[in-house]
Amino acid sequence: MAEIKLNNVCLEAGGVRLLYDASASFRSGEFIALIGPNGAGKTTMLKCALALMAPSTGTVMLDGRTIADITPLQRARLVSYLPQSRPLAWPVRVRDVVALGRYAYGASITKLKGEDDAAVAEAMHDCDLDHLADRRTDTLSGGELARVHCARAFAAKAPLLIADEPVASLDPSHQFQIMALIRAYVDNGGGAVVVLHDIALAARFADRLIWMKDGEIHANGNPDETLTAARMKQIFAVNAIVAQDKNDWSLTLTGECA
Amino acid sequence: MKDRALIPLLSSIAFAAIIAACLIGSTAMSPGRLLAALAGAGSTGDAIVLWEIRLPRAIAAFVVGAALGLCGAALQGLLRNPLAEPGVLGVSACASLGATLALFYGAAALSPITVPVAAISGALAATALLAFAAIHTSSVVTLILIGFGLSSFAGALMALLLNLAPNPFTLSDLISWTLGSVANRSFDDILLAAPFMAVGLVFIVLSRRALSALSLGEETAHGLGVDLPRARGFVILGTGLITGAAVSIAGAIGFIGIMAPHLVRPLVGYDPARTLTPSAILGGVILVLADIGVRLIPAPSELRLGVVAALIGAPAFVWIAIGRGRANG
Repeated sequence: MAEIKLNNVCLEAGGVRLLYDASASFRSGEFIALIGPNGAGKTTMLKCALALMAPSTGTVMLDGRTIADITPLQRARLVSYLPQSRPLAWPVRVRDVVALGRYAYGASITKLKGEDDAAVAEAMHDCDLDHLADRRTDTLSGGELARVHCARAFAAKAPLLIADEPVASLDPSHQFQIMALIRAYVDNGGGAVVVLHDIALAARFADRLIWMKDGEIHANGNPDETLTAARMKQIFAVNAIVAQDKNDWSLTLTGECA
Repeated sequence: MKDRALIPLLSSIAFAAIIAACLIGSTAMSPGRLLAALAGAGSTGDAIVLWEIRLPRAIAAFVVGAALGLCGAALQGLLRNPLAEPGVLGVSACASLGATLALFYGAAALSPITVPVAAISGALAATALLAFAAIHTSSVVTLILIGFGLSSFAGALMALLLNLAPNPFTLSDLISWTLGSVANRSFDDILLAAPFMAVGLVFIVLSRRALSALSLGEETAHGLGVDLPRARGFVILGTGLITGAAVSIAGAIGFIGIMAPHLVRPLVGYDPARTLTPSAILGGVILVLADIGVRLIPAPSELRLGVVAALIGAPAFVWIAIGRGRANG
C-alpha cells in the first residue's frame, strides 16, 4: 500500500501558471485516468507527485512524508514511473531494460538473483516479451517497445504506477493490451495514475477520472458521474454524444463549440 | 556468454602486448633474456633496459590508454552520446594547459606533485563546465561544439605559451605536452598519478548502475531512483581526476576514449556499465600497440604517441559521426 497526496499544489514557472490549487490523492487499489487537453497541467501534476518538479506552494506527501525528503531509492520502491518521452540512448537488450526496473533494489542488471530475477521474469511474461528477451530494442515495433517499457515499470513491483500517455501512438489492439495490463496490475493490489487522451478507453478501464483544464482540476469522480456531454463541452470545447452500455462507453464528437 | 569471456580475453591480449613492448625495441631482447631480467638474473644492461626504460614505458602507455578508454565510456554513458570523450570535449586540452602552466611558471620545480595537481585542476574545470552545459542543453551537438570551443581556447593559450617561451628548452618541454608521449617515463611518474586515478576510479565504479539506468533517459532514471545530481557529480569528478592524472603522465592523447568504447559496446549488449571495464583494457591495449608502432616506424625523429593516436582516432571519430547521422535518419 502506498498513497500520494497533493494538497493545494500550485506551480508557476517563468510567470506562467502551470498548476493551480490541485488537490488529489493516488492510492493503491485504484485506477485513475487524468484527462484534459494539451497543456492542462496533467504532466506537471504527475511530475510534482514524483518530486521531478517542486511545487511553488502546497505540499506533496508520499505515505505521510514530504516527497522531497524521501530518498530517490525509497521513493522508487513505492512509485514506479513511465514517462511520456522514453528515449533509448543505446540499443540495449530487452531483458536489460526490464531488469533496470529493479534498480531501486540495488540489482545489477547483469547478475539478477532471487526476487529480482523472479520479478523481471514475471513482468516479461505478463507483457508477452519472453520471445523477445535477447532482442536489441532498436529492432522492435512501436507496440513491442511500449510493452517493454510497461514491463520495466511493472518489474519494480511498486505499490503505485504513474504512467504518462502509455498508449500514445499505438494501434487500437495494442492500446487495449496495455490498458488490460495496467488494469490487471491494479486488480492485483497496485494503484495506477495514467494520462490518457482516449476518453472512452479511460472510462472503460479506470475507476476514477480526474478532469483538468488550464492547470486546474475541474472534476474528480467515477466515469458514471463525470463523463457527460456537458463535461466534454466544458473541458474540451467540443460537442459530444456520450453513450454507455454497462462498461462500454462510446463518444461521438459532433464538432467544436461555437 | 560472450560478455563473460571478453574481459579475460582482453586481459590476456593486454598482457601479451606489454610483453611484446618489452621484447621489441632498438635492440630486440630475446624472451630468454627478458625472463632473466625480470627475475633479476640477467646482465645489468638488460635489467636497466627492462626496468628503467621498456617496462615503465609500456605500463605508462597501458595506464594512460586504460584511463582514457574508461573516461570515454563513462562520459558517453553520462551524456548518452558515443562521441563524448575527454579529448573531443576539451578535457585533455585543459588538463595539458594546466600542466603546461605549472611547467612554464616553474611551479613544477617546487614539488613533483604540482604537475598532476595542475593537470587535474584543468581537467576538472573543463568537465564541470561541460556538465553545467549538459544540464542546460539537451542538444548533444551544442555540447560537442562547447567542447570544441574549449579545446580550441586551451589550444590558443598553449600557442601563446609556446610563443612566449623564453628558450628552446622550455619550448621543447611544452611541445612534448601538447603532442603526448610515454617515452622516458619512470615508475615514479606513474606512482605520482596513481592515487588520483584510484580515487577517480572509485567515483566511476560507484556510478556504474546509474549509467545503465541513464540509457533510458534522465526522466526514467529519476523514476528508477537514480540520484541524478549525485551521478553527474561522481562521473565528472571521476573523469576529471582520471583524465588529469593520465595527462600528467603522457600529455594530451586524443580519441582513445572514442575508439575503445565504440569497439566494445556491441560485444556487451550496449550496456554502459558493462562497457566500462573492457573499454579500459582495450584502451590500454590500443595505446601499448600504438607505442610499439611509434618505436618501430623509421622516422628522422621519434613520432609522438599523441600524433599517432590522432592519426588513427580522428578518422574513427568521423566514421562514427557519419554512422550516427545515418542512424538518426
